Amino acid sequence: MRIPILKLHDCLLISIQWELDDQTALQFQEDLLRKIHETSARGVVIDLTSIDFIDSFIAKVLGDVISMSKLMGAKVVITGIQPAVAITLIELGIRLEDVLTALDLEKGLEKLRRELED
Amino acid sequence: MDSCVKITNEWDIVAARQLGRNVAKDLGFGTVDQARITTAISELARNIYLYAGQGQVCIEKTENAGKVGLIILSEDQGPGIQDLRKAMEDGFSTSGGLGAGLPGVKRLVDEFAIDSTPGEGTLIKAIKWLR
Repeated sequence: MRIPILKLHDCLLISIQWELDDQTALQFQEDLLRKIHETSARGVVIDLTSIDFIDSFIAKVLGDVISMSKLMGAKVVITGIQPAVAITLIELGIRLEDVLTALDLEKGLEKLRRELED
Repeated sequence: MDSCVKITNEWDIVAARQLGRNVAKDLGFGTVDQARITTAISELARNIYLYAGQGQVCIEKTENAGKVGLIILSEDQGPGIQDLRKAMEDGFSTSGGLGAGLPGVKRLVDEFAIDSTPGEGTLIKAIKWLR
């Protein structure tokens, strides 16, 4: 299954709605970079509201795709990280540092807008 | 309600953590502990897949002095861990950082025991108690 990537003006919106297996996560990485290239998107919001756990593999794929997007000139904001996900990620020892985050999609889009204006 | 998942490929990692989450939910664990249990199982199953190639993860219910807990047993006949003390240090990895490592898993659970013999395999027992 592929994760849909929506275009909104110069931004891309992704809402991850189901548990990510390795292949889906890696496919998403490729799909997002291709879409950034095709659409010349400057910003990306990845919403994780429906995700109830993140292991080290998914965290690595997410962290990597954020760095890769940055290389292509697009800023990424992660939104909707659930309390249980934040707690387990830190306990596990994973720090997604230098990653832009916001509480929800709305605040994420506002944050992205401000980042792109700077 | 003992149940095991054989780990031989990436999809088995998903099956193992789904089993663990279902059992955790049935036992009455809250969402944060469900996430801890699911994540711990995912890391242990991934270690089997990465280092041993195959093995199994079993989820069991346990009771002790009126307390209910969930046991995660991770077992493989892989190469074993050469230096256990090093493997339990934060940041130590022989996979190039693909997994969070055993110290991370240990922090997610209440009890953690590991037995590993080089050339024979690794057995890990982790317990999360219902609060």
